[in-house]
Amino acid sequence: MWRHGIQSNRDFIEKLIWNLTDMTWIEGRFEENVITTTMEDAMNWGQQSSIWPMTFGLACCAIEMMATGASKYDIDRFGAGAFRATPRQADLMIVAGTVTFKMASRVRRLYEQMADPKYVIAMGACTVGGGPYFKHGYHVVKGVDLVVPVDVYVPGCPPRPEALLEGLMRIQDKIKARKVTKGEQKLPVPHHSGYSALNV
Amino acid sequence: MDIQEIHSLLLEKFGDSAVGQAPVEATDSWIQVSRDSIVEVGAFLRDNERLRFDHLNDLCGCDYLEPNEKKAAKFGHDPHVEVVYQLSSIELKHRLKLKVVLPRWKNDEEGRLPEVPSVSGVWGIADWHEREAFDLVGIHFQDHPNLRRILCPEDWEGHALRKDYDFPLEYHGVRGR
Ligand code: SF4
Repeated sequence: MWRHGIQSNRDFIEKLIWNLTDMTWIEGRFEENVITTTMEDAMNWGQQSSIWPMTFGLACCAIEMMATGASKYDIDRFGAGAFRATPRQADLMIVAGTVTFKMASRVRRLYEQMADPKYVIAMGACTVGGGPYFKHGYHVVKGVDLVVPVDVYVPGCPPRPEALLEGLMRIQDKIKARKVTKGEQKLPVPHHSGYSALNV
Repeated sequence: MDIQEIHSLLLEKFGDSAVGQAPVEATDSWIQVSRDSIVEVGAFLRDNERLRFDHLNDLCGCDYLEPNEKKAAKFGHDPHVEVVYQLSSIELKHRLKLKVVLPRWKNDEEGRLPEVPSVSGVWGIADWHEREAFDLVGIHFQDHPNLRRILCPEDWEGHALRKDYDFPLEYHGVRGR
């Protein structure tokens, strides 16, 4: 939504304000009002709640990623439920599963085809650092960070859906901390409550 | 039919130059077949109406080698590779295992793959199984219609399930270990 220039930004703000007043829990609590915020916050807020991951399952971890997408854990609550089957429509790559040497060049190519800004979650011990195949896996890349830059590592074999959701929240923190204006980007410190220590 | 009967039937038909031992006392017994006669033996097993082995469950390669010199003394096998054929008859409900024993390298020249005739003409499914055995254990199947690697990339070097295989240090710019 953000990638199409000023016009759609204005549309978005209108939609955002309309949305805010349309939410049921908030309905009827406010006077008619004007909400002030910075452009940056509004943009980051919008984008962090609309992450489009790429459908990307390489091995057993993908099963857990599917569970995360299904109704019980429901990654859609974070606005990240629109799994795209093409890199061109995705801004998050969840590398779920064992990356083999044969696959590595494909992973790299898919990553390069994604539009900026893009994020990568390395899900599972295999993608974090070779995992169970570290010693004897002749064909396993010892960590997907040898192939693409990784933003968030989610350890586990496989990580539970909650862990992946936690990873997604850390990605959201990263997006929230993004600077559109001048100034230095400060990365938030993750907090065990699930909220980041930034902006609180 | 039990394995002893099958063994004597094969001996009668092909002679003991083609059909070797059948260690029937082993829990999971097999019949050893010579390299050159595996195709005829296979076709016979498939077509004979008392045998009817119409299904090849699996075909795999197996490398016998103990690369660790200290353990090699206790290993108890001479270095060799085997091709194992698991057969079953869906019609007559019996099973059989065949083995072909090969040297680790053809003429003992390191790097030259041992050869065995392909049985993909007898059981069609052998096509992919043989490609896998070629890819991972390094056995050359003669007269195979399409003997290319099936799991590893085409430009992979070596055969990964050989016991003396060394991991690549690097593959297309990605660190290997
Ligand atoms: S980390 Fe474990 S569950 Fe995930 S792909 Fe590797 S082996 Fe499978």
